[in-house]
Amino acid sequence: MAHVPAEDQLEHIAAAIDEIATADVQRLEQLRTSLLGRKAGALTHVLRSIPALDAEQRRTVGRRANELKHAIESAITARERTLAAAVGTGPAVDRTMPGRRRWRGARHPITQVVDEICGIFRELGFSRIMGPEAETEEYNFTKLNIPLDHPAADMQDTFYLKPGVVLRTHTSPVQARTMERYAPPIRVVVPGLAYRRDPFDPSHAPVFDQIEGLVVDEGVSFVDFKAAIDFFAKRFFSADTAVRFRPSYFPFTEPSAEVDAQCQNCRGTGCSTCKQTGWMEIMGAGMVHPAVFEACGIDSERYTGYAFGMGPARIAMVRYGIPDIRMFFDNDMRFLDQFLE
Amino acid sequence: MYASLNWLGRLLGTELDPQETAERLTVVGATVDAVEPVHAELGDVVIGLVEQVGKHPNADRLTLCRVSTGKGTVEVVCGAPNVRAGMKYPYAAAGAVLPGGFKLERRKIRGVVSNGMLCSAKELGLGADQDGILELDTVAAPGTPLLEALDLADTRLEVDVTPNRPDLLAQRGIARELAAAMGLTVKLPAFEGAPAVPAARRVKRSGSVGGIEVIVEDDEGCPRYGAAVIRGVRIGPSPEWLQARLRSVGARPINNVVDATNYILHEINQPLHAFDINDLRGGKLIIRRANDGERITTLDGEDHPLTSEMTMICDADGAIAIAGVMGGENTEVSDETTDILLECAYFDRRRIRATRTALRMDTDASYRFERGTDLEGLPAALRRAVELIIAVAGGEEPEAAIDVCPRLPQPTTVFLRPSRVEHLLGVAVPQDEIERLLGSVGFTLAPRDGRLAVQVPGWRPDVTREVDLIEEVARLRGYDSFPVEMRPFRPTTVPDAPSELRSALVRQVLTALGIHEARTLPLGPVGGEHAQPVQNPLSSEETHLRTDLLPGLVRSVERNWSARARDIRLFEIGRVFRATTGATPPVETLRIAVVLTGARQPGHWADVSGIDFDLWDLKGMLEEVVGVAAPGGAAVAPDGADGWEVTGPDGTVLGRGGELDADGPPWAAPLFGIEIDLAVAETPAVRYRALPTTPPIERDLALVLPATVAAKDVEEVVRGAGGSMLESVAVFDEYRAKELVGRSVAWRLVFRDPSRTLRDAEVDRSVNQILRALKERLGVERRES
Ligand SMILES: [Zn+2]
Repeated sequence: MAHVPAEDQLEHIAAAIDEIATADVQRLEQLRTSLLGRKAGALTHVLRSIPALDAEQRRTVGRRANELKHAIESAITARERTLAAAVGTGPAVDRTMPGRRRWRGARHPITQVVDEICGIFRELGFSRIMGPEAETEEYNFTKLNIPLDHPAADMQDTFYLKPGVVLRTHTSPVQARTMERYAPPIRVVVPGLAYRRDPFDPSHAPVFDQIEGLVVDEGVSFVDFKAAIDFFAKRFFSADTAVRFRPSYFPFTEPSAEVDAQCQNCRGTGCSTCKQTGWMEIMGAGMVHPAVFEACGIDSERYTGYAFGMGPARIAMVRYGIPDIRMFFDNDMRFLDQFLE
Repeated sequence: MYASLNWLGRLLGTELDPQETAERLTVVGATVDAVEPVHAELGDVVIGLVEQVGKHPNADRLTLCRVSTGKGTVEVVCGAPNVRAGMKYPYAAAGAVLPGGFKLERRKIRGVVSNGMLCSAKELGLGADQDGILELDTVAAPGTPLLEALDLADTRLEVDVTPNRPDLLAQRGIARELAAAMGLTVKLPAFEGAPAVPAARRVKRSGSVGGIEVIVEDDEGCPRYGAAVIRGVRIGPSPEWLQARLRSVGARPINNVVDATNYILHEINQPLHAFDINDLRGGKLIIRRANDGERITTLDGEDHPLTSEMTMICDADGAIAIAGVMGGENTEVSDETTDILLECAYFDRRRIRATRTALRMDTDASYRFERGTDLEGLPAALRRAVELIIAVAGGEEPEAAIDVCPRLPQPTTVFLRPSRVEHLLGVAVPQDEIERLLGSVGFTLAPRDGRLAVQVPGWRPDVTREVDLIEEVARLRGYDSFPVEMRPFRPTTVPDAPSELRSALVRQVLTALGIHEARTLPLGPVGGEHAQPVQNPLSSEETHLRTDLLPGLVRSVERNWSARARDIRLFEIGRVFRATTGATPPVETLRIAVVLTGARQPGHWADVSGIDFDLWDLKGMLEEVVGVAAPGGAAVAPDGADGWEVTGPDGTVLGRGGELDADGPPWAAPLFGIEIDLAVAETPAVRYRALPTTPPIERDLALVLPATVAAKDVEEVVRGAGGSMLESVAVFDEYRAKELVGRSVAWRLVFRDPSRTLRDAEVDRSVNQILRALKERLGVERRES
């Protein structure tokens, strides 16, 4: 065969492919050996001879030889399957058998909610920043217009670390830190942990997530505030979600508001989740109190702004139907597996 | 705070709808959390008329009554001594549910069937028993629901009152808000049987009333003190209407004098205190600071040490009440009391707060005083209280009350610019509308110099500056009246925090590596030299701030193990704290920690099963984490220690990784952990390198390493000796066998020149150079094959 040109040998091999489709078990084994065998296989022989050919031939013969190799292999595999099926061992590939998976990890469900909320505010031009969890009384209370000798200080039960130093009871101290460091226009959201001396129960934890928001610029009004919050709520929940602003009181905002979104569970008709009110409290908010501007060295005549604070854990509980806030800290793999994205 | 719908209706002179009222209050900022019927538990009780009282055949103390129930006549066994034929009593039929959820059954009492029961006041939760069952003086027919017959039907609104609005702690304050919304006015009803009470006489620092000398020494703690003397009161139960009012707002009736003072508290938010004059020693009442070390035993029997920062009410012999917090037990009004001194005072908010905080007391009075009572309205409150006490308990004033007030309060005036209203609220509110809105809740306005001079009523201590009035305008106009309209805004000057960006990247990489994000509590039981303790922890499990993340994650692993999970992969990004000396807050560091245990990948039927994470997975994971969380850092193996340390470019230790000790179940796989500081430095920007177009040449080198030589040493020599053609060096095998001295490690070397195709001979020369260098520098030789 050594005298037969490689091209002719290949045509000869190609002719043998047709036979594969009708071969029985024995003949199939013979064909495999005669074509692909490591020692005497016809195609193996051609492939070995390629380095000795001239450049032009190398290319054409090489390409054709490899094509034939794939064609022969797949024809043999196909015929094997057909023959195996015929003798009753089932299909050669049972496509209902499980595929091979890899481990995947999920962001914590609270992180997912935090990221989504911060993402929506990013559309409104808010950057995302952070601040310390251990704070001075000055930043946690005084600069936020919460005198310690005023009942408003009782709204939060505080962990003390040492005289004058507390674990922040809200993310609001970052408002003061931001105003002292940056000049307006300020548009920031601040996710982070806050601490209150509330013992654990299904809906309270001594450590909880908050997202603070702050806007400061010339000419920012209550209308801008309502528009931003309404935009957020409709984007986060759904476009047809009703939003309600109720007058309220926070020492660091005025006018202050509690913001309610239509209950996502009952769509406003009343259910046990919303205590039959049809509404879900989503945040406390309001226009930045001029006393806060003054404490942070910002001209309260020239600048106005709004601020808000919300609890992503509570929102996550409603969104995912989680009955107990403690599950967020248990880190049970079966729980976390449910939040794969 | 509870509001009674009946009470509010009386103040407004109209009937109120519960839901509509709740909605009205909520939209003006007095959020109604719940609307519930008062005495709903008495819904099954009706009027029963006892037609005949007979003897019980088997018991002397019991009677057998024929009772007309409106649905017929039934026999009821009764044990009360006061039952009489022809009288009406509350009747509960068999099957009725009484307060406390108690369901009445038809049953035999001493052999005779009793069809229901005649009830006492106590059984109905309507007060203490007097003589037995509750005699009803009513024209209502038998069968009429008791709630209707006694006018007990009422609705209670639970109002969430914010700390800035003390006025809303009373029915009148709530009624004012409703009046503003409904265009009505609030009118306090006159008390039946009340005499014409003269106005209090104003004195500056001291004066005498009914033979008692009242002296205010501490006018800082007590800027105003009203006192009335009433002689000849008869202590007894209050009339039914008064008891019903108190019950409707959740207060318990006690006796007529105490009930009257509580009524005024709940009606107009003025706390009052009645002293028994016969217990006042020396005919004097002195309001002064306590002496340090002085003590008092209060009504609740508790003994309190006092300081000079507290204001006391004293008689000639010593303290008889802690001003604005609680009275003492020695001057308490008792059933024998006939003469009282009624205190109606204004105490300084801060003083009361400091006092009750120091004494750890929190009373109804202190709650209201520290939020601020109506300094200007005090004389009127005193007068109304005297009227009510005389109306319900009798007695008379020997002379007009006194009003001790060194400086008469001036109403606060706050200036409001209508232009500022528009500036802050974003909508122009016409001046006449501003005037109408503020006027509707008691502000009086006068234009002055283009602004509005707004006089603040005494019950609104929260309003002190312009913005407070703008909030009033917004809230009274209704937050709904402001449009939701997105207006242009300018971009922020504040960049994203690098740590937030870095954390996001770490989360992305680690979740892609199959690890779940966890959250553990930053508070834990672990102390230690650098741990910051919490001064007032909630429990012994949460006494310190964490100094490391891994202990919390290991606890989570253990919890998973006890839930029979074997494959656990968790990471956390969180703060750790290190205590500082002095007054500064502890130092906070952002960290990332990972724990891994169990199968390297989910099991698959076609694979060899049971491959668990091992040390090399940990090292690889550590390198991944370092790459993303601490760029420029490296994992190094310290001498004499297990695992790896992560060092920064300057050699500082940033964290560590290795196998962890944990008390796992027998079936658990080894547990590995990583904890490193999260860098905030920016990662160097990526620079593209041209892709090679020339072919590589590979050479495998199997080397025998003496025990003292590490793979890292070999790689350094190989790279140094390989020249510029050496593109990469990688271990692909390790082999240890008895016949070898040391171990055999195999490297694959890839050579390439990006500008031309290399020839085998050149590569061979380079390999020989490498082998020579290895032999000279490390004594490493090629393995004989
Ligand atoms: Zn609902």
